[in-house]
Amino acid sequence: MNMLTEAAVEKALDQKMSTVPYKMIGQDVSVYYGEKRALFDVNLNIRENTVTALIGPSGCGKSTFLRSLNRMNDTIDGCRVAGKITLDGDDIYDPDIDVVELRARVGMVFQKPNPFPKTIYENVSYGPRIHGLAKSKADLDQIVETSLQRAGLWNEVKDRVHESGTGLSGGQQQRLCIARAVAVSPEVILMDEPCSALDPIATAKVEELIHELRENYTIVIVTHSMQQAARVSQRTAMFHLGNLVEENDTDKMFTNPDDPRTQDYIMGRFG
Amino acid sequence: MASTHIYSAYDDDLKFLSRRISEMGGLAEQMVAESVRALVNGDTALAQKVISDDVILDHTEREIGDKAIVTIARRQPMAADLREIMGSIRIAADLERVGDLGKNTAKRVIAVQSTGVPRKLARGLEHLSELALVQLKEVLDVYTTRAADKASAIRERDNEIDAMYTSLFRELLTYMMEDPRNITSCTHLLFCAKNIERIGDHATNIAETIYYMATGAQPEGDRPKDDSANTVGAVTE
Repeated sequence: MNMLTEAAVEKALDQKMSTVPYKMIGQDVSVYYGEKRALFDVNLNIRENTVTALIGPSGCGKSTFLRSLNRMNDTIDGCRVAGKITLDGDDIYDPDIDVVELRARVGMVFQKPNPFPKTIYENVSYGPRIHGLAKSKADLDQIVETSLQRAGLWNEVKDRVHESGTGLSGGQQQRLCIARAVAVSPEVILMDEPCSALDPIATAKVEELIHELRENYTIVIVTHSMQQAARVSQRTAMFHLGNLVEENDTDKMFTNPDDPRTQDYIMGRFG
Repeated sequence: MASTHIYSAYDDDLKFLSRRISEMGGLAEQMVAESVRALVNGDTALAQKVISDDVILDHTEREIGDKAIVTIARRQPMAADLREIMGSIRIAADLERVGDLGKNTAKRVIAVQSTGVPRKLARGLEHLSELALVQLKEVLDVYTTRAADKASAIRERDNEIDAMYTSLFRELLTYMMEDPRNITSCTHLLFCAKNIERIGDHATNIAETIYYMATGAQPEGDRPKDDSANTVGAVTE
């Protein structure tokens, strides 16, 4: 009886997950660095208000895929993207797309905290200012405060927002970078190993933050820590040698993955 | 297991668990066989040995639990490894219960000894315990090979034991009705029969756990169950 009802609940949850609409769609995405092909026809869709974790060994293409989602690869010489990636149905590689506007809608947080060598206030207000999101000084103040609150940093820095951002601890700097990403009201936030330079406490704070941000944003995170992927994500995609090996619900992925390569990777085995 | 871990010490941890499970299985099997032999032959010395063996079984179960906890904390197991460790804990608990049931049968040897066990009942009990022991032995073999298909076959066969138990139940009732002086020993024998029947259930539990360890899915469908002993003697219209 009990098992039956639980199975029913689980099925309902699964269905709920599968009805979450796609925010971004990646169709036959291939990426070349000059002659070298780094991604092979990847079909991976990103669900709205969901944390999607990309995992896989170094050089598997997970960061390459992440960076193609807001055309960060454009900045690399000789890099070419084939296939189609859409955001809310619009092709982001369309020549008419304004890349600056795209990157405001699809923000990014990097591996190492990289605040500008300016004050905390200026770090957060820079984006909204250049995108013209604030009509007045008061508006801007409000955006800075809200963004810092969303990044869980406000209480720690509210008395020193005019001090340098680089004077913060590593974990605080990373949350400052998240506040900076959030300040331009993005729809999607890409995170490339956001906790790899942080201690466990700072990591836990960032993970808690990712959990909260999911309500308002769609998040894609690249991580080398399987435990982190298991903790923060609802969907997990496994890459290997430039191919998408498996994409599944995170619960399924870490208890009973379908592909033997996923199995070996997450269990720390070699075949 | 086809592949090995990058950390070889991790493989050693898992091997430790499976070795201990096999040891527990061997000991539990022996205890069940000896308890029934002690009962049928009125051998109190053998019964005493079964009772003291249970201490070893309990100790090994705790050892498996401790090792499993430490392994989870240190290695953060995933997927098949996690199922392996959780499965070990569950199987160890089932085997510990099998040992307890053997011990309980052994404790009844003294009570039954004064009157002796009628030959016909003794044969019934022996047959029941043979069936349970075959189940237990096979499930332990399946544990070593992780053959999921065989695990479900074992699960299918548990109702043979249930049917045998029901017929023994009826027979004991007949003896008690024939002569009220049989009631004391027959009641003890009834508990012994129930103990053995329960061992079959634990073997089935273990088969289900192995199936889950190997496939990551719960076995489908309800367990076949012939529990008509529950309604023997009930008045039907």
